[in-house]
Amino acid sequence: MTETNQPGQANEAGAGAPAPDPAELAGRERLSEQIVRTGMFGVQGTPDTSGYGGLKVRRPPPLSSPRPYGSYFDEVADALGGSLEREGWSFGDAVERVVSDRGELTFHVRRDHLITVAQRLRDDPALAFEIMTGVSGVHYPRDEGRELHAVYHFLSITHNRRVRVEVSVPDADPHIPSLVGVYPANDWHERETWDFFGLIFDGHPSLTRIEMPDDWKGHPQRKDYPLGGIPVEYRGATIPPPDERRAYQ
Amino acid sequence: MGIEEHLPSGILLTTVEKVAGYARKSSVWPATFGLACCAFELFSAGGPRHDLARFGMERASATPRQADLMIVAGRVSQKMAPVLRQIYDQMSEPKWVISMGVCASSGGMFNNYAIVQGVDHIVPVDIYLPGCPPRPEMLLDSILKLHDKIQNMKLGVNREREITELEQARLRRLPLLPSLSGAPRSAPESMEPGQ
Amino acid sequence: MSTSADQADTAEGRVYNVSGQDWDEFVAAVDEAGDRTGEERIVVNMGPQHPSTHGVLRLVLTLDGETVTELRPVIGYLHTGIEKNLEYRTWTQGVTFVTRADYLMPIFNETAYCLAVERLLGIEDRIPERANVIRVLMMELNRISSHLGGIGPLGLELGASTVFIYGMREREKVLDLFELIAGLRMNMAFIRPGGVAQDLPSGAIEKLREFLSVMPGKVGEIRALFDAAPAFFARTKGISYLDLEGCMAFGVTGPMLRATGLPWDLRKSQPYCGYETYEFDVPTVKTCDAYGRYRIRMDEIDQSLRIIEQCVDRLAGKRPAHDPVMIEDAKIGWPARLALGPDGLGPAPDHIAHIMGQSMEALIHHFKLVTEGFRVPAGQVYAAIESPRGELGAHVVSDGGTRPFRVHLRDPSFNHLQALPAMAEGGLIADVIPAIASIDPVLGGVDR
Repeated sequence: MTETNQPGQANEAGAGAPAPDPAELAGRERLSEQIVRTGMFGVQGTPDTSGYGGLKVRRPPPLSSPRPYGSYFDEVADALGGSLEREGWSFGDAVERVVSDRGELTFHVRRDHLITVAQRLRDDPALAFEIMTGVSGVHYPRDEGRELHAVYHFLSITHNRRVRVEVSVPDADPHIPSLVGVYPANDWHERETWDFFGLIFDGHPSLTRIEMPDDWKGHPQRKDYPLGGIPVEYRGATIPPPDERRAYQ
Repeated sequence: MGIEEHLPSGILLTTVEKVAGYARKSSVWPATFGLACCAFELFSAGGPRHDLARFGMERASATPRQADLMIVAGRVSQKMAPVLRQIYDQMSEPKWVISMGVCASSGGMFNNYAIVQGVDHIVPVDIYLPGCPPRPEMLLDSILKLHDKIQNMKLGVNREREITELEQARLRRLPLLPSLSGAPRSAPESMEPGQ
Repeated sequence: MSTSADQADTAEGRVYNVSGQDWDEFVAAVDEAGDRTGEERIVVNMGPQHPSTHGVLRLVLTLDGETVTELRPVIGYLHTGIEKNLEYRTWTQGVTFVTRADYLMPIFNETAYCLAVERLLGIEDRIPERANVIRVLMMELNRISSHLGGIGPLGLELGASTVFIYGMREREKVLDLFELIAGLRMNMAFIRPGGVAQDLPSGAIEKLREFLSVMPGKVGEIRALFDAAPAFFARTKGISYLDLEGCMAFGVTGPMLRATGLPWDLRKSQPYCGYETYEFDVPTVKTCDAYGRYRIRMDEIDQSLRIIEQCVDRLAGKRPAHDPVMIEDAKIGWPARLALGPDGLGPAPDHIAHIMGQSMEALIHHFKLVTEGFRVPAGQVYAAIESPRGELGAHVVSDGGTRPFRVHLRDPSFNHLQALPAMAEGGLIADVIPAIASIDPVLGGVDR
């Protein structure tokens, strides 16, 4: 069966139906995404006689949850929106999309508005996220133009709530404003994220390597950085390092 | 000591070796080099149940200048490796090294960019102790083996002779993998997948 | 003594002759001469190999006499690449890596990771009851052993080696229990996504009750040495002060936050694994200093003993006929029942008979679980638990495959070491040691 990458053409059953149902919409969305895995067992390099080699699994599309988000998420989103508007910013400009998934709320924020959003989260009494537990990076090499994500987790002791803020930047321009001025705890976390992913935090007092030796080249936790193991020698055999072994995926 | 350099090989030298070996093994002072999880098994070995004090080893010398034994307990990262070498260099002869745990012996489960795959890349190791982490009893066993080694250490001319003999034996020994020797292969191929 | 006669400018610089009882004049002369180029400040390196830094922590101290004017911690000497390694292993194998991050609290690392994976799988409410009770039991045992592993070295570093010996001795009791229940003393890889690795062996309940009867006395022995000791007061009261504002600024949680008077404990406010059904208190003090943190840790040991007693009562009670410790979903885990067979320890014989002889699906499930592991739907989750040091969080991202896409452990000691300069600068150099010991950092978690 040939697969096309154009939305609206993939499914044969939906053409002409008055109101496409959500499952079909989801299916069509999914079929327009990239292929991330082929074959049932993901074995590379050896002949796979299982007959499932024709399987093609596509990446799930980026989530965007519709209102209502559930539990306290709507309150938080409204409070954040109201607080931003009082300062003269628009919620839609600052926040690209909101995801409520598995009981957790995520705001995908544009990097220019990151500091404002963080300040609102900290200072507004209805939000009162006093603690930011840290920033960590994630590298999505397949997400063209949005490869590096910085994920911030916030905790509000007053209201006993958690929220996540995610910022995406391209590999070509990996700059994100630093939140050290708003949450000093972020100092070492940003250094670590720079060390491992190459995300440059503008305005950080001293963005240097923290975990790797100071003269290390490369950013180890990016997906294009090898694991770096060596083959293990036994008497009469070697076993290749973990990233080169046969993998069942 | 300089006396052992001048003694001819014979009963006098062997007596001196025995006495020196006994004295050295009875009060080995370890240098505190606990890095990671194995460090806590090292502390437990110094605790009351598995007692290191019965060997005279409870006085762990924080300064390497006064230490005899470096127990490398834990994973050695790339950043820590030069520090390890510097501490080893600061120890004065005679000195021994036990690499405690699989991470120190061979890199352990962390076969990656950040961990030195075996502390013998950096310092010469006398006793390798596997385990993740090794029980304190295993550590005591390795210390006892080290004591045997220290007791039987040869000095002076005997030592030079022993070193030459060991060198000859190692040169004659076959390598781990048949492919590394020049000899034609008759043994089964290496078990790399995909071949 | 006149200052001008006793100094001379030589080719190497200004030379001062001091002859006793004239330190003040000398300092005044130096000031006057404008020689304050910083030469009288000493930079001391408390290097990565140090008996008192709780691991491979390097501190670069700038000293003015005995006062610390600047303290810079340097970490990274134990960086192991655990997070990257996880991307090359299945979800279950990831537990063995995560457990070695903060090696004094392996169960907590595993629990944070497994809670995150279970939330991604959506099976949080299907974890068997008995598995949750065993998880709480192991966590509280680990809390005791971790606090003892912190208080022992605290005593050793302050010169009270008896406390160290007592701490190690009591820790041995907890490690014995770990060995009995999980098979290993440390780094057990016992908590797996879906439940725990195996049920309690026979004889465990009796050993636990014996432990519960003996421990309060032993803890009392340590308290008798430290709680009211004037020497201990002198070294820890008022030392390494960090108030609520400082804690909030540095993201500090755990005993350090509770020492400021705020009773924030994730077991009470965002309970997990059934913690809301146990009765225990959250100790706090208001002194914000090292002594307060020590008191909180000792009180937490008492509270943990209380929780363990409740766990043992639940585990020893009448059991239903079918009481699994692993989720009953063949796509996620096989029944965690190990038995001793003719060829050693392995899955129970009846399970093997079921796989090999009775059910094709069971065989396929077993095969797929062993080769590739279970698949986790795409998404990301942050699961946080209350570890002995503070909030331990696991940020786990899945791309829908059998391997983690990204796992980040938010370790509490990482933030707390950041706060160390705020706590120790301006104090004496001898106060740096109790400051570090009161944070109780474990560099394995800091560097991962």
